Amino acid sequence: MGHGEVWTLKEFFVYPNEYIYWSIQIVMYPFMTGLVAGAFVLSSLYHVFGLKQLKDIARFSLVFSLALLPVAMMPLMLHLQQPLRGINVMMTPHFTSAIAAFGIVFTTYGLIVASEIWFVYRRFIVESVLELRAKGEKTSAEWLKLTIYSVLSMGAMDLSPEALNKDERAVTILAGVGIPVACFLHGYAGFIFGSVKANALWMTPLMPVIFICSAVVSGIALCLLTYILTMEIRKLIAAYNRKTYPKEQHPSPEELGSVELHVVKTTAKYLVMFLVLAITLELLDLIFRGYTAVRSWDILRRVIYEKDFVKIFVLQYGMGNLIPFLLFLVPGLTVRRAAVGCALCLVGIFMMRWNVVIGGQAFSGSFAGFMEYKLPLWPDDLETFKEGLMGALMVAATPFVLFYTITRILPVFGVKDSH
Amino acid sequence: MINRRQFCKRAIIAVGGLMLPLAALEIFDPRTLQAEKETGNKTRWGFLVDTRKCVGCGFCVKACKIENEVPYDANVTRTWVERYVVTRDGKTYIDSPKGARDGFTSPKIDQNHHGMHEIPPQEVTKAFFVPKLCNQCENPPCVQVCPVGATYQTEDGVVLIDRTWCIGCGYCIMGCPYSVRFFHPVHHVAEKCNFCYHRISQGMKTACVDACPFGARSVGNLKDPDDPVTRIIMTERVSVLKEEYGTKPQVFYLGLSKEVK
Repeated sequence: MGHGEVWTLKEFFVYPNEYIYWSIQIVMYPFMTGLVAGAFVLSSLYHVFGLKQLKDIARFSLVFSLALLPVAMMPLMLHLQQPLRGINVMMTPHFTSAIAAFGIVFTTYGLIVASEIWFVYRRFIVESVLELRAKGEKTSAEWLKLTIYSVLSMGAMDLSPEALNKDERAVTILAGVGIPVACFLHGYAGFIFGSVKANALWMTPLMPVIFICSAVVSGIALCLLTYILTMEIRKLIAAYNRKTYPKEQHPSPEELGSVELHVVKTTAKYLVMFLVLAITLELLDLIFRGYTAVRSWDILRRVIYEKDFVKIFVLQYGMGNLIPFLLFLVPGLTVRRAAVGCALCLVGIFMMRWNVVIGGQAFSGSFAGFMEYKLPLWPDDLETFKEGLMGALMVAATPFVLFYTITRILPVFGVKDSH
Repeated sequence: MINRRQFCKRAIIAVGGLMLPLAALEIFDPRTLQAEKETGNKTRWGFLVDTRKCVGCGFCVKACKIENEVPYDANVTRTWVERYVVTRDGKTYIDSPKGARDGFTSPKIDQNHHGMHEIPPQEVTKAFFVPKLCNQCENPPCVQVCPVGATYQTEDGVVLIDRTWCIGCGYCIMGCPYSVRFFHPVHHVAEKCNFCYHRISQGMKTACVDACPFGARSVGNLKDPDDPVTRIIMTERVSVLKEEYGTKPQVFYLGLSKEVK
């Protein structure tokens, strides 16, 4: 059976070799990369533009960006038919290909994020080393922590005000450099699609810009939603612990703190701003296509207004853009409403990726037939696992696992950084 | 007397220059690329399809599958034949069941998910067959987009795939406007027609040309003015598919109808 045959449904005349070759993992790729870029941009709003209201969420989103980073590559690896040869891209980069630069941009960006986090956490790391060293009897967990922090400190133990000032400057510079690199990382994910001239839906120079704007929306939405949920979950866990183990000491609700409404409101403002940009560009693209109505418009119109109407206008524009837009703009924003708005925004951006990737393959190059992607829900083999619901869920869950692991070492709450 | 500043400057330039491999300069020189295309190579393989002669027997598809070891029952193929039926109301019905491997034995048109469509003979105003294969473009988008260079163009213009280096990303499949590419069901790498390069480079014809009983397919050297294929292309009204993509296909068609996509 040919690759893609198991999940492709054909209608009317489709060339014999045409299937949905780029499936759910290629939907996950721009979605996850967008989250990385968006999370980083959110953290930079504080570090570069000095938006002090966002201080709390800045560190949170920076660490989240690090947790998301490896996951940007994961769907690509899962999608490759020869995953063990993935490294060939780094060994023989073919610079006329948009994908070829991925490894280079991705590595550069990864180094920027990692260095920025190092500078933000240096004070915490050094303090932890000193504290653990001073402790007499150490448990094996503490020995492990001491080793990890000692390695992470890389011998830079200076905590003088000058050294901390330098840290702060380094963070600002790295965050500043990181913004264009993050935009580039995602913009060129859009370029990968936008430059495919054989595909009538993808072929638009607006694609990279649309991708960047929606990336920022999704990144901010995910950070805000995770921030709200994490704060609430922490309180719930503490309350449970207080109830179950009353003899032990537990942090009080005041110590834990709660979701800061001003943080939510300020973040939501930036989210709405990028949301407006993203929607405007997407609608501009749609109107332009209809207005110019080149040869491919006949089939595109059928896909957009008939085949994918629900996915595009109901799920993406309606549920994913319009409702959150209203939720954020109606005065008196509450934390709960912001959480719902963010969740819907994420659905909207995911649907946008879906409609671009799968929608772009929904019609035949013959312009005389259609294809539909039947998402494999339960895997029958490795292929339907990788390119089905389970593979997508695995990719979606990984950043949270990584985030949890990283925050065991670099906590995002109650830490004094260099600032 | 050289001072320290000058010494540092010159040392950086010298070391930088030494570190830069000459090959790196060549990659970005468009004149070199242009010259490479216009080398003294005396061969440029081209293909001629006479749609007026094709009867849709599918011998070519069958021969191709056997010759190139594309699994016989797989629903992918290096070459295929399309059937076009135009009715009195102006509608066009197209099909190519299994790439027409077994020929068109039924008058019913395969509409995939919508089943078989029966057209009464008196409704048909025009019907014909069109063989398709890789166009071996002069400006191949598949070569441009391959991230590892596994898809490349030979000096005589044929686009080949290095099966040992392809990572199976599918970008070339997406980039081909003719949808001739697919994943090989056994090797799990990109696959397509290569004009039977192993045969033509040894002075033989392609498997499909040999198998066609009606002479609808022929392969030739476009740089040889005396080649029968070149003579027809130079003297008769030929067309190519999807010219608007700027890929400059090297598969030429005789008698192509406007319905052909």
